[in-house]
Amino acid sequence: MSDITAPAYRVIPIIPALKPGAMEGKGPFVANEKINEAIGFPGKLVDDWHDKAIAKMGELLSKYRSFKVYMDACVHCGACTDKCHYFIGTQDPKNMPVARQDLVRSVYRRYFTLPGKLFPKLVGARDLTREVLDEWYNYFNQCSECRRCSVFCPYGIDTAEVTMAAREILDSIGYGQKYSNEIIGKVHKIGNNLGLPGPALLDTLEGLEEDVKEDTGIDVKFPIDVKGAEVLLITPSADFFAEPHIDSLIGYAKVFHATGTSWTLSTMASEAGNFGMFIGNYEQLRKIALRIREAALELGVKRIVVGECGHAWRVAYSFWNTLSGVGDGASEVDRFAQMLQKQLDHRYKQPTHICEFTWDAIERGALTFDKSKNDKHIITFHDSCNVARGSRMGDYAGGQFEIPRNIIKTVANNFVEMSPETTRERTFCCGGGGGLLTDDLLEIRVKGALPRMEALNQVKEEHGVNFMATICAICKAQFTKVLPIYGFDRRVVGGVHQLVSNAIILGDKK
Amino acid sequence: MANIEVDGKSYETDEEGYLINLTDWNSDVANYIAKTENIDMSEQHWEVINFLREYFEEYQIAPAVRVLTKAIGKKLGPEKGTSEYLYGLFPYGPGKQACKIAGLPKPTGCV
Repeated sequence: MSDITAPAYRVIPIIPALKPGAMEGKGPFVANEKINEAIGFPGKLVDDWHDKAIAKMGELLSKYRSFKVYMDACVHCGACTDKCHYFIGTQDPKNMPVARQDLVRSVYRRYFTLPGKLFPKLVGARDLTREVLDEWYNYFNQCSECRRCSVFCPYGIDTAEVTMAAREILDSIGYGQKYSNEIIGKVHKIGNNLGLPGPALLDTLEGLEEDVKEDTGIDVKFPIDVKGAEVLLITPSADFFAEPHIDSLIGYAKVFHATGTSWTLSTMASEAGNFGMFIGNYEQLRKIALRIREAALELGVKRIVVGECGHAWRVAYSFWNTLSGVGDGASEVDRFAQMLQKQLDHRYKQPTHICEFTWDAIERGALTFDKSKNDKHIITFHDSCNVARGSRMGDYAGGQFEIPRNIIKTVANNFVEMSPETTRERTFCCGGGGGLLTDDLLEIRVKGALPRMEALNQVKEEHGVNFMATICAICKAQFTKVLPIYGFDRRVVGGVHQLVSNAIILGDKK
Repeated sequence: MANIEVDGKSYETDEEGYLINLTDWNSDVANYIAKTENIDMSEQHWEVINFLREYFEEYQIAPAVRVLTKAIGKKLGPEKGTSEYLYGLFPYGPGKQACKIAGLPKPTGCV
């Protein structure tokens, strides 16, 4: 792995020359029988995979109207071609979003359209052969479901949904990806993606209380499984484990302390992430979401706040309502969803993002900061794809862009924007999202980070930027790994609440 | 699945070279895995590996990076209680690379 090097920055960010077959290969490690069977998938590729896959595709086409529209609507206009970070970084034409989708679309045409059934060659329809199946596995694990291409599609085709459908078909025939499926097994069995058991979590949190006390002289608590707390914080388990993630966790705790909020974590729901979305599997998505409802009901909390995790916030903001009853919209016959609806305090947004929580406290004047504590940083902000294009914050369009920036500007003096072609709704994925954050995909991760690294390098050269804040655990882990390969220090990346933590002034409210 | 051969004995590993059976681990296996990672095991490396194994025995998971740095700092002096020190020993990241040599399962998730 040490031989993976960063591609050169483009002099002018134009469409790169094509390198057909550049990323051909076997794809990431395939999930083994033990991993697959633990989450109810066939252990290995089933004998009748062809018929099962086509049947599954038919099922998805009838279940998801959107999938059928996306299969039919594309006119191959090419607007998406150069919008994908993986295409830009790899130059492999099959990583053009239109071409990647066509790996599935060509099979759809063959089995589900009349011209494709009658004259396959004329309409670019293909049989589902073993080669085609392997090609799906390889290239649909080179899409991070970031939906940047969809912003530029005149038909609004959501490429991520096509990737999710392809992955769901693959899982249904026992051809799933090790990284995502192993993690889904752990979240069901242990409560979080890391596999961090309760006692280890308690030990880590106690250690953090000691550290903060040593740093600030103040008893900031990291409560867990506290019945009757007002706020349940759901955060990615990386926040308990990894650097720089843990610094944001300290930031959340300081905000709760300074605002006098009673809050708790939960061992049962010690994970915000929901990889069920990455593999496009509704049952897994729901089952993972329901742990949070169970914890909320058991602890009797009034509010649910979500920590810095990009796709978790998309799931929370966009899907938790119908999945679990956090937010309006759950089925009326879903007894527990209705119970949770009654329990939660609807004077507040349910769920609330930690950035919304902090910004609200700032606007109320409940927090004070010493901005100079962040003066060593010249800061920029990397919008995380799922927050930018799959959710919102606050009560106005674009709140998900403004609120994190407003917080940064409140807690620090030096803030610089990266090129507008690479931020807000046009932000580039970090290169590790959507279930690709695994060592066996390091090459695609490094190459996919190219557009973001170019934009970061530009503000580094022009403004001396030395800190890129973000609100996603995947972004933080991905950049920590790839920044050094592009010649940056790994500590250039950090969380928004890491900056909050540096600058917040804590008065002891005991 | 794969196998590694150390001193004529065969040990089962996963695709990435992590031991499948944690009880298989011994110092020869550790030295062997370290070599495949281009790490020359020194006394300093062993201090970290031994701590990881002690922690794992108690908690069934590797320690958080912060817990590790703090524990190493307490045991071996504050100058060693930094992530720079650990990255110096295990350049691919103290979490994953040191776990592999210590015969512990790989931390998964957004790390």
